[in-house]
Amino acid sequence: MASDDIYILGISMTKFGKHTDLDIVDLGAQAAMAALADAGVTMADMGILAAGNLMGAGGYGQQLQKQIGQTGIPVYNVSNACATGATALRTAIMAVKSGEVRMGLAVGAEKLAGAGLLGGGGQAKKDGMKWEPKGRYGAVAPTDGRIGTDTMPGTFAQVGMEYGHKYGGATFELFARISEKNHAHSTLNPLAAYQKRFTLEEIMGDMMIAYPNTRPMCSANCDGAAAAVVTSGEVLKTLSAEQQRRAIKVSASVLTTDPYQEACQILPDVNTLTRNAAKIAYEAAGVGPEDLDLVELHDCFATAELVHYDNLMLCPEGGAVDFFMSGAPWRDGNTPVNVSGGLQSKGHPISATGIANIWEVCHHLRGEAGDRQIAGAKVGLAHVIGLGSACGVHILEKVS
Amino acid sequence: MTTTTSAIPIVSYLRLEPTPHLVANECESCGARFFDRRNACASCFTTAFRHVDISTDGIVRSFTIVAMAAPGVPVPFVAAIVDCGGTSVRGNIINTDATPDKVSLGMKVRLATYSLGTDDDGVEAIGFGFEPA
Repeated sequence: MASDDIYILGISMTKFGKHTDLDIVDLGAQAAMAALADAGVTMADMGILAAGNLMGAGGYGQQLQKQIGQTGIPVYNVSNACATGATALRTAIMAVKSGEVRMGLAVGAEKLAGAGLLGGGGQAKKDGMKWEPKGRYGAVAPTDGRIGTDTMPGTFAQVGMEYGHKYGGATFELFARISEKNHAHSTLNPLAAYQKRFTLEEIMGDMMIAYPNTRPMCSANCDGAAAAVVTSGEVLKTLSAEQQRRAIKVSASVLTTDPYQEACQILPDVNTLTRNAAKIAYEAAGVGPEDLDLVELHDCFATAELVHYDNLMLCPEGGAVDFFMSGAPWRDGNTPVNVSGGLQSKGHPISATGIANIWEVCHHLRGEAGDRQIAGAKVGLAHVIGLGSACGVHILEKVS
Repeated sequence: MTTTTSAIPIVSYLRLEPTPHLVANECESCGARFFDRRNACASCFTTAFRHVDISTDGIVRSFTIVAMAAPGVPVPFVAAIVDCGGTSVRGNIINTDATPDKVSLGMKVRLATYSLGTDDDGVEAIGFGFEPA
């Protein structure tokens, strides 16, 4: 192992779902302490804490320290929409890579069970008011619902439909089949929020949220946390044989934002920044999409999963529909995608997602994934996207 | 002399005269178009913009039929991305049923306006959408 390589020394995720008895700090503490135990280290070894939480009151990292160990190390509270977890991890990685610290802890946690529809809304006009232009668009009334939609299911429905307009073949049934796959995969994941297999007919016949996304085709709002301990190759050399055996190499850690494109002010462009992140990551890791044994990608909606097959270059440009129909992204296919069940079934506690997907990949690379183990997995990729936008891509490898 | 009822567009990039149309802020340097006020161009960072009229004819590049929305937003409605002569515009598809058999990718549409109601001063707010052409 090269001294300046970065390794995941320990990683964990809580069960995703509804945790009525645990608050947001309990959840993060549970994940953090499990990651430290998994790494065989304690808070005394940590040089930095990067903490991600979106829906809380702020200062989450310091709240967490009060419960897991108040050692005086720097805390970075990070917020980057659905890429918050990946951003926290990357913050810890950068601190280790800079040589400032020997080890870092990244935590992402969210309480989102029962949150309902995300995005959209606005203040309606009340009686006795004047039409008065407000904001950068000079709007006299809420525009959500009048000038398109601000809801997440509607936004990502348009992302998938746009792909269909460009390349064809993206039907309601195709998107429902993608969801069918992820729900089927989740039946093998005991930490998933939902472990129920649905038939294609059940998915298509369920409550419509934003055509073509029905309810099971939308990410599941739930509670959960995930945490990881990272260190350098130099430090890892000094640790035990068992710690070295289970350490997973971070071959690429990339964060991008959306570069200007025509129409990006109209519909968030989730494609270009993902493609850019993937390109940088493949080059940094020296691996190609064909080398990946499994991929966890950001299927916040079934319509999003389709476009990311293409953006992550798992298929030729424009070939995402054929890629899916070939069976490639099923767990017994050539490029298993979202064997955890994905956000649609495992769940999406926003800030936890960008570390939980890395946990899933590490779990397989360590050969510890039990019933859902992808046999002989050596290389995996984890992708998240936060609208606004931010994209995190990590490539992970089993080296020892 | 007759008093004309005053009207105000739902957003400042909708112009009601001489006929309803959309106006963008176009970067004088690189041609990038924005519907909101910008401090500098997101594409080339320069600061000079001019107003340009946007074609009222377009084709549907993407759409969704929103069945669940925030409280107070009537559903279902069709939200769409419309390509108006090379400029992408966001708007609802109106004056047709919000069903998958009435809206399709590549469908030709044109700008249409409707009333959002009148306030206490008698000012009528005008909204816009796109209707099948």
